[in-house]
Amino acid sequence: MSAGTRSEHYPVGIAGVSLREIERRVGPDEAPPLPPNAQLRTVGQSAPRVNGRAKVTGQARFTVDVTLPGMLHARLLRSPYPHARILSLDAGPAERHPGVRAVHLIDHAIGRAREIADPGPAAPTGRRMLYVGDPIAAVAAVTPQEAQAALDLIQVVYQPLPFVIDLEDARKADAPRVFERAVHSESFGEPAPQLPQHGNVHGPDLSASRGNAAAGLNAAEVLVEAEFRTQVQTHCCLEPHALVADWRDEGLTVYISTQFTAGIRAELAEAFGLPLSRVRVLVDAMGGGFGSKSRVGQYVLSAVELSRRAHAPVRLALDRHEEQIDSGHRPSTVQRIRLGARRDGTLTGVSIDAYGTAGVALGAGVGNFAQSIYECAHFALAQSDVFTHAGPGAPMRAPGNVPGAFAYEQIIDELAERLGMDPLALRERIDASPVRREERRAGAERIGWSRRRPPGSDPGTLKHGLGMAQSHWPALIQTNSACEVRILRDGSVEVRSSVQDIGTGVGTVLAQVVAEELGLAPEQIAVRIGDTDFAAGPPSYGSRTSASITPPARNAAYRALRQLIENAAPSLGAAPEALAARDGRICTADGRRSLSFREAAALLRTDEISVVASRSDDYGGFGHRMGDAAMARKGLGGVQFAEVAVDTETGRVLIERVVAVQDCGRPLNPRQIESQVHGGILQGISYALYEERILDAHTGRMLNPNLEQYKILRSRETPTIEVHVLEHYQGESATDAYGIAEPSIIATAPAVANAVYNAIGVRMRALPMNPAAILAALGRVPQPSGPP
Amino acid sequence: MLKKIPPDSPRCAHRPAHDIVGPGAAPITLVVNGIARALSIVPATTLAEALREQLALTGTKVACDRGACSACTVWLDGAPVCACMVLAIDVGDREVTTIEGLAQNGPLHPVQSAFIAHDAIQCGFCTPGLIMSCAALLAHTPDPSESQVRAALGGHLCRCGTYPHVIAAVLDASRRGRSRP
Ligand code: FES
Ligand code: FES
Repeated sequence: MSAGTRSEHYPVGIAGVSLREIERRVGPDEAPPLPPNAQLRTVGQSAPRVNGRAKVTGQARFTVDVTLPGMLHARLLRSPYPHARILSLDAGPAERHPGVRAVHLIDHAIGRAREIADPGPAAPTGRRMLYVGDPIAAVAAVTPQEAQAALDLIQVVYQPLPFVIDLEDARKADAPRVFERAVHSESFGEPAPQLPQHGNVHGPDLSASRGNAAAGLNAAEVLVEAEFRTQVQTHCCLEPHALVADWRDEGLTVYISTQFTAGIRAELAEAFGLPLSRVRVLVDAMGGGFGSKSRVGQYVLSAVELSRRAHAPVRLALDRHEEQIDSGHRPSTVQRIRLGARRDGTLTGVSIDAYGTAGVALGAGVGNFAQSIYECAHFALAQSDVFTHAGPGAPMRAPGNVPGAFAYEQIIDELAERLGMDPLALRERIDASPVRREERRAGAERIGWSRRRPPGSDPGTLKHGLGMAQSHWPALIQTNSACEVRILRDGSVEVRSSVQDIGTGVGTVLAQVVAEELGLAPEQIAVRIGDTDFAAGPPSYGSRTSASITPPARNAAYRALRQLIENAAPSLGAAPEALAARDGRICTADGRRSLSFREAAALLRTDEISVVASRSDDYGGFGHRMGDAAMARKGLGGVQFAEVAVDTETGRVLIERVVAVQDCGRPLNPRQIESQVHGGILQGISYALYEERILDAHTGRMLNPNLEQYKILRSRETPTIEVHVLEHYQGESATDAYGIAEPSIIATAPAVANAVYNAIGVRMRALPMNPAAILAALGRVPQPSGPP
Repeated sequence: MLKKIPPDSPRCAHRPAHDIVGPGAAPITLVVNGIARALSIVPATTLAEALREQLALTGTKVACDRGACSACTVWLDGAPVCACMVLAIDVGDREVTTIEGLAQNGPLHPVQSAFIAHDAIQCGFCTPGLIMSCAALLAHTPDPSESQVRAALGGHLCRCGTYPHVIAAVLDASRRGRSRP
């Protein structure tokens, strides 16, 4: 027990199910335990979005809306070939084109796997282009049209080289190589232990394995085995990747559509040799990222470089075609799974062999889903990346776990059927999570699971089915995450952090948490975020934002309030400890003596009180630390149920209803959480049924690089969705809040697939389950020949 | 401001042949949110570009620039159109209404209020376009069925998946509209 800590009692468990208290030692500056939501005024209520009015009136300022005086417009020249060497390049005519202010020839590509023994910057001539759309050069001109016209004047002579697009072809020993040398291994952009590389195959990574899977499988009484395939999905953020870079002698300012202002600042400072204090990164409204706007891409470096050379602000926004071919995607996977069990369902051994392609990048793994969700002592996972001449993948909403769950939650259902067990009963046996137990119970009741019939029960052409699947996602926390709360002398309050709102509504929950602590209403809190001039906050990825930024926000508010109260206590003739903030007043416990919040603020000696707090460690300790981040000891679980109808004549799958039961710790704003869960489910259905990037094997070009031939779910395919969010307390931080974005998408595709199986009695082991695939599976049309 | 369009009205204003302009910039006048605005544009300029780049009305969003997502929806004489698929020069004297014109310093349009109340917003990039279509729907069909709402939104892409809340918001705004005296 370290000095200065104090003992507190925290609510733990699921409200209405298992709520109790535990004792924790916490630091002296921690805000006292927050009671369950039922006892709170603001936290746990569906406060309207703080930027709602701006967003419905068109006033919200997105990066693409930013214009600066003298701003230039940039465009990128991209490779038309999937694999080619640049024999010569003449940018002279472009440089001389009227209106052109700067030309930048890219000499060192980023945003892809990095070769070991990288020779460093090369002359643009001699560089190899690795995919259709690989950036070659950038031009800044006074209008976008002139920039485009100048690009067309750049004379490039290419030597086309053999290329490989198909995943299976790329694995062959004689396949054209994407990289000439081995590349650095990494995991989510962080360095990882070096893996073997043969040809285009990087891996296998065996690090998730435990026990002796072969022995476990040998000991099985029942064995199931299957191969699953998932496709490439593109992010399709509605706002394109965009920035305005403004390089000046005094420093660099960048307005950018990003999920991590502080991270972009650090990357740009390093790339351009600037001190952090001379780089400012801002984002106001942000039009979606889903993982693809997490880091600095080539387009960002090019725009900054053009601004530096032109001595003017430069705007660069990708068009939709560029978005589709070069802004990231969810990699494809092939997963061969063998599952051994005893007759009672206990898993004896699991072996998964997985590979996939993220084009010229790493990251085609299957996440930590199978290794984490069910108990099994003997588990083997081998996963490899296969390089192809295609644009780089990027993390996309629950990377790895989405394709991983699609396969694993189906084979668990296959095992249940072989054992003659109900899918819920099997999970009861193998899933140790008390949270998912409650979620299964609540979800089964809501969907009416008892109505479920044997597969293929409907006699007609329209066949109905019920299915379910579970999710697991690690609860991540950015420990490098800070927030400032200011109380000003007129009683106004500001919460400030570089954290950005990418559509989740983090600004609103910050206002709620601070308002709760100060006894004010959320609309009285000015939310100033998305600017690295404020305290450096967390990224908006990995479903870690609320868990990382709301505890320091509450602690900062708590400490600022202590100062306000200490200063006001003499005027009230009360001891500071006897005073609290309630209903806009600072008052004694009996309410007899009080000052309005504004009156108390007017007593300040200085214009403001400012407190910056950073994320404390979880009270019970972390599972493990990873640089600026950490993983909580327990993960986040969810369970989803789907009710579908399959038209066996047309092959169409119609989702009729989805029930989602989710855990995100303490729910801070239920309606915003519901919005995010809708998003997860709808993206999950879209992935399951419609979306697929199609590359032409003969040219390496994407055949559907737009928003009409790349099929995405819209309003008419949207089912009825019922969302039930547990109120789950763990006593780990000042707010006990966790994320929901990623947990809400993982179970959707397998729940749909299990429901489709229940409807038609045929397993769909590949995505997307579009009409052609359904009809082929039903034997109504021939199976497509060879891999797509 | 919202006019019903007679069924036989032409889809685009045809200019007489002698009036052909370009390829350089040409002067035009657009009536936007009730105000006549003079501007000079090259003939290839879309209405979306004219609004965003010339008139600084950036509430109208462009996500695909080819009629595939409806993010750029504005009204021409009260009818929703994709502003990326209309040339500014073809607008003629039709009245343009953008998201900025829906509430113009006054109270929010019922659809806007309902979007806030139902949290029919996530990132908000698709939101202005959705609101223009939903408000146009209610102007012509004050009491839509749920499937009429879905159909009216059919051309819109919301990657964040706000559809359930959008549908609820529109139905709620329609109920409120009906209960008004
Ligand atoms: S931007 Fe006009 S329809 Fe997509
Ligand atoms: S709210 Fe983000 S695209 Fe609709």
